[in-house]
Amino acid sequence: MLRLEGIEVGYGRVAALRGVSLEVRQGELVSLIGANGAGKSTTLKTISGLMKPSAGSITWDGQPITGLSPREILRRGIAHCPEGRRVFPHLTVRENLAMGALLRHDKAGIAEDLEAMYARFPRLRERAAQAAGTLSGGEQQMLAIARALMSRPRLVMFDEPSLGLAPNLVEQVFEIVQEVRRQGLMVLMVEQNALAALSLCDRAYLLETGRVVRSGTGAELMASSDVREAYLGGRAFAA
Amino acid sequence: MSAVFGWLFVAAMAAVPVVFPDPYVLSVLTSAGIFIIGAISLNLLLGYTGQLSLGHAAFFGLGAYASALVSLGFDIGIGFGLRLRLDPQPVFVGFLAGIAVAGAFGWLLGRLAFRVRGAYFVVITICFAQVLRMVALNWVELTQGPMALIGIPPASLWLPGQGVVPLYTKPQSFWLVLGVGTLAFLLVRQVVQSRIGRALVALRENETLARSVGIRVTHYLVIATVLSAGIAGAAGSLFAHYVRIIDPDVFLFIYTVTMVIMVITGGKGTLWGPVVGGLIFGLMPDLLRGSAPPEAQWIAYGVLMILLVMFLPRGIVPAVAGLLPARRRPAPAIAAMVEPAP
Repeated sequence: MLRLEGIEVGYGRVAALRGVSLEVRQGELVSLIGANGAGKSTTLKTISGLMKPSAGSITWDGQPITGLSPREILRRGIAHCPEGRRVFPHLTVRENLAMGALLRHDKAGIAEDLEAMYARFPRLRERAAQAAGTLSGGEQQMLAIARALMSRPRLVMFDEPSLGLAPNLVEQVFEIVQEVRRQGLMVLMVEQNALAALSLCDRAYLLETGRVVRSGTGAELMASSDVREAYLGGRAFAA
Repeated sequence: MSAVFGWLFVAAMAAVPVVFPDPYVLSVLTSAGIFIIGAISLNLLLGYTGQLSLGHAAFFGLGAYASALVSLGFDIGIGFGLRLRLDPQPVFVGFLAGIAVAGAFGWLLGRLAFRVRGAYFVVITICFAQVLRMVALNWVELTQGPMALIGIPPASLWLPGQGVVPLYTKPQSFWLVLGVGTLAFLLVRQVVQSRIGRALVALRENETLARSVGIRVTHYLVIATVLSAGIAGAAGSLFAHYVRIIDPDVFLFIYTVTMVIMVITGGKGTLWGPVVGGLIFGLMPDLLRGSAPPEAQWIAYGVLMILLVMFLPRGIVPAVAGLLPARRRPAPAIAAMVEPAP
């Protein structure tokens, strides 16, 4: 289980998280929703060690992991698909996948997982020797997900997995996210598309300006009036 | 470019002293070769990690001074009434010392400077070279300051049956530079095609993503800097024993800029880029010398550079490679981009 307690993080002197507490329990798919700049991506970066919190604690299976390096945290089973450019464009598809297994040394297991990824994403097999930058946006996203899974994580964090994808691909990505959860992995997902995020997840947290302002099951959040107004199209300027 | 082409190039170069035993041609090629080695080393940093070090001449200069001082010997006070004394050593010991000292400073600079990126990193590297130049100018007891280190012995080689042979002649110096250059090229090729190389490319392309897959970014940047500095140190050592006199000007900014230009025009991040760029910018000043007055030469030099950067922003080698029929690129590459995604 992953537990954050009172996490505070700043970019220079600007506070990004002001005491975030949340949990991801065994087998859960948890969504983080909120407007731009609410601190969703920062939360993921802090968990994966890309950012250091100034206060608060993170525990994973009861062990403190606050302030560990990304490498250490990945080694303990937490993989992160960061936002933005998702792949290494000049490395081949196969090299990108190998990057996901960088910390593993079980050659047979890596080969087995690579085969499993190719079986799940036949496109990646076809393009294995091609530079990842030549893939379409959707293919790059599949590659990013497959790369994260190549580390054999127990918790995967997806940052905006549907961003910039065509509607039919968005659906596909969400299917994969659910599939990952069904395999018994914990998932922590940041998603702008609040409706999709809430209908997929077991539980969700609503972030506003660096604080958790509401939490509950997906259905509970969907039913709450402020979430409806702000994120589910109730107001004209909704994100 | 294929290995066959590469070895043909080396063979053609090796034949130059036999075919054109002209000492002027050879001296021009030898000094160009020394700078090409410098450019090859810079390319590892600039091309493959994307970090612009504007202090690269520092490693070149360190290699030159360390190698020269070890082969000349020295006897200096190091404070508290203690003295540090070294008897003259064979030149190959100096050569190795040049590589080691430059590599050690590469480690130090990497450890310090890679806490920051971008402009901050560039400024630190410039300062590093400037500080070393000041040290070389003012530590007269060790470096003779602006009076220069003179009488540096020529490079020597141990040959079976003949013992240690000093390399006085132009063809010998040229072959030595060609040999070291080939080794430097092969070393860099080995590194960039290894796990280290893939890590370097990954962190150049997306540092956040690289860290998130568990790459120790600073660790790899420091490895690249140490290797790059060591090779630059070897180039500096060759320079010292070829020219046989060095002064603090080896740390000058212009030497760094020359190497940067060679790498960028040739094609940074390609193995042959620094060789091609180095041949052009290493030979051109001398090729133009007979036919144009110096002022016109500098203008021609500048115009060529601007044209290259404008029309071949990725450098000559990628541009030429783009013209050749792509053998290893499978045809579906284009299809993948136009085809609708599944």
